[in-house]
Amino acid sequence: MADIPHEASASAPPAEIEEMELPHAHGWWSTYVFSQDAKVIAVQYAATALAIGAVALVLSWLIRLQLGFPGAVAFIDAERYYQFITMHGMIMVVYLLTALFLGGFGNYLIPLMIGARDMVFPYANMLSFWVYLLAVLVLVASFFVPGGPTGAGWTLYPPQAILSNTPGQQFGIVLMLVSLILFIAGFTMGGLNYTVTVLQARTRGMTLMRMPLTVWGIFVATIMALLAFPALFVAAVMMLFDKLLGTSFFMPTLVEFGEQLSYGGGSPILFQHLFWFFGHPEVYIVALPAFGIVSDLISTHARRNIFGYRMMVWAIVIIGALSFIVWAHHMYVSGMHPYFGFFFATTTLIIAVPTAIKVYNWVLTLWRGDIHFTPPMLFALGFIVTFVNGGLSGLFLGNVVVDVPLSDTMFVVAHFHMVMGVAPILVIFGAIYHWYPKVTGRMLDDAMAKFHFWVTFLGAYLIFFPMHYLGLMGAPRRYFESSDILLMPESAHALNAFISIVAFIVGFAQIVFVFNLIWSRKHGKEAGGNPWRATTLEWQTPETPPGHGNWGKDLPVVYRWAYDYSVPGAAEDFIPQNQPATVTRETPA
Amino acid sequence: MIFAVIMVLIVVGSVVFHFLSPWWFTPLASNWGYIDDTTVLTFAITGAVFSAVVLFVAYCLWKFRHQEGRKAAYEPENKRLESILTALTAGGVIAMLTPGLFVWAQFIEVPEEATNVEVVGQQWLWSYRLPGADGQLGGADNRLIGVDNTLGVNPDDPASGDDVIIEGGELLLPVDKPVRFLLRSIDVLHDFYVPEFRAKMDMIPGSVTYFWITPTKTGTYEILCAELCGTGHSYMRGMVTVVTQEEYDEWLTTQVTFADLAS
Repeated sequence: MADIPHEASASAPPAEIEEMELPHAHGWWSTYVFSQDAKVIAVQYAATALAIGAVALVLSWLIRLQLGFPGAVAFIDAERYYQFITMHGMIMVVYLLTALFLGGFGNYLIPLMIGARDMVFPYANMLSFWVYLLAVLVLVASFFVPGGPTGAGWTLYPPQAILSNTPGQQFGIVLMLVSLILFIAGFTMGGLNYTVTVLQARTRGMTLMRMPLTVWGIFVATIMALLAFPALFVAAVMMLFDKLLGTSFFMPTLVEFGEQLSYGGGSPILFQHLFWFFGHPEVYIVALPAFGIVSDLISTHARRNIFGYRMMVWAIVIIGALSFIVWAHHMYVSGMHPYFGFFFATTTLIIAVPTAIKVYNWVLTLWRGDIHFTPPMLFALGFIVTFVNGGLSGLFLGNVVVDVPLSDTMFVVAHFHMVMGVAPILVIFGAIYHWYPKVTGRMLDDAMAKFHFWVTFLGAYLIFFPMHYLGLMGAPRRYFESSDILLMPESAHALNAFISIVAFIVGFAQIVFVFNLIWSRKHGKEAGGNPWRATTLEWQTPETPPGHGNWGKDLPVVYRWAYDYSVPGAAEDFIPQNQPATVTRETPA
Repeated sequence: MIFAVIMVLIVVGSVVFHFLSPWWFTPLASNWGYIDDTTVLTFAITGAVFSAVVLFVAYCLWKFRHQEGRKAAYEPENKRLESILTALTAGGVIAMLTPGLFVWAQFIEVPEEATNVEVVGQQWLWSYRLPGADGQLGGADNRLIGVDNTLGVNPDDPASGDDVIIEGGELLLPVDKPVRFLLRSIDVLHDFYVPEFRAKMDMIPGSVTYFWITPTKTGTYEILCAELCGTGHSYMRGMVTVVTQEEYDEWLTTQVTFADLAS
């Protein structure tokens, strides 16, 4: 019965096509630098993303310095403040989260988890990373050009994004748009690769419905990204034309400080539609890989099959599809036609149903499990708390009329940081603690991991939970100066200072994580091939770390789903996916 | 074990914080009490779900923590349980969405008797235009903006002459009279936001957007720009004062009209 995922089989269908020769490295440069091995590319992607993410972390401190202690640091003026929030947001969403989940985890895990030797287009895969790196460098360059990076807000709304009262309007905005265009080009090369690899390069017996949810999450997110990023690409190209060639795609007739500009006839709202047609799916492009990964972390470390696998797969697919028809919930107060509110509020709240199903199934996987409090499990649990919290506050903002007072306030900032900042980043940490042993052959230090977890998780909750209430009160976001807002009592400023202090502590705690990554590389405990006693294929490689081509002479053959934990009657509490079902059947009495 | 305790503390702490924190909606000064009610309802439903899920996780962590000899249950799926949970969730969503959509219908439907007040945003200043004696605002266009016509009012429109122009000053509104704000911008996006009124809407150069309220409480309220509009965004504030009809009428007589400015 091939259509019931959890039934194991004793045999697998024969291979349909012959194996192809992989491109082999010839020396140090093509092994470690211009490598076509997905595992090396994955590490390159991850290292670059974490490095640029560290820049965004420092920017967040500068933002919090101004919010918590306005005017205390003279260096932070209004211009710089807006540059910091813009770059912080864009880096975190695109250059860290998207790149790390898809380019980093996607590259490492897809081939290993589906039993392939590599991505199907290794050369394009290599190119994908180098174009991404170029995009990051162009972005970083904007810090060093006259006028600095753009301060238009990460949403880059025209007309202000290209006008003179916005910081970085001379070069910063141009570099930002060019960098985004490059990023999308680079991602497309990688994304096509991930999609085709999942569809074409699965090993014998690895049906779609036997794939680990990690692969499902990354796979659907990649397809979404391939469909959503072109909208941003188009918007970026058009805005570049408006800026450099004087076209008016997004520019209406307007007067800047008494002077009539030559623009006219364009639509600022059109940009918002294009931006959010990308921007909302983007939330799920980040969330779905996190959903997938956290499912596997919970299942493995609770020694229990994921609950409701088929529902989990369908929920991923349905969320992916629905997320393309909810984008204008970011625009309830944008001045778009008010009737849109009915439609987008309804679609948005419908998404809550498949999302809730996923939460229930994670929780029900813990229920009657055998829960090991390993670092990956701790981070997965932290994810559940922050994701449920952030998901529920989304019901305020999705419900059009409740959004009206909350839109553009600190409530929104708190919501999206909880749901697509903290929650996915906790998954990233959990995933790194989980797979680091496969990548390096050594375990990360447990004590450092636990310290890192508790400070990060509790700190993040203390930062973002109370922040909702500032927004509820009416404190607007993107305010350089909020100390003189009449509605904010003294206590609200004290809260801001408290949030800032916690943010500094959480930021510094990340040093422990980085130190652990470096220290354990040499001094960590030897991991062996399968330290977590996990079922999925990446733990069954003949070598750890896996060599070029992953599997030695013969590809693994898959006989069962990824979640055979604690199967009754089995000798151990896990059965790897490449172990055939026993042919002997008990004769009925 | 410790994690289970901390999960419980997170729930208790969050609920206690919610009820004891001094940070809450500013006192309402408009007719949009329904928005507050829908928000409170949403807090109740989401708060219950959050507490239930996290407390259940805490229970699982305590009850099913790894101990010598424990073995997890093997249960790939449970269609009945999954269906029940899906139905419950759908019910919760409907309970929040239905009132939300009804209130939205009211929000976008301006009452017949509402008076128009034009709000014009520019970097970084609020200006206003009131219809004057004829009850009608004259046409306006950003293309008409000049040194002596800073809001771009159409001088050829007969309705323009008596329009009251308030540049950068304070806006007064009569209490208990519905008002439709017609929102324009002459440069970039802005957003007219008075927290005490609960409503807000972006202002877009080249378009006229709107929202309506009925001020219900006299007093002075701060206007905040709620859409990033350049370096001076956080300084783009204004004041609106809700007064009695008599005070309003008296104030109106002291204001200048478009015709005054043109002459």
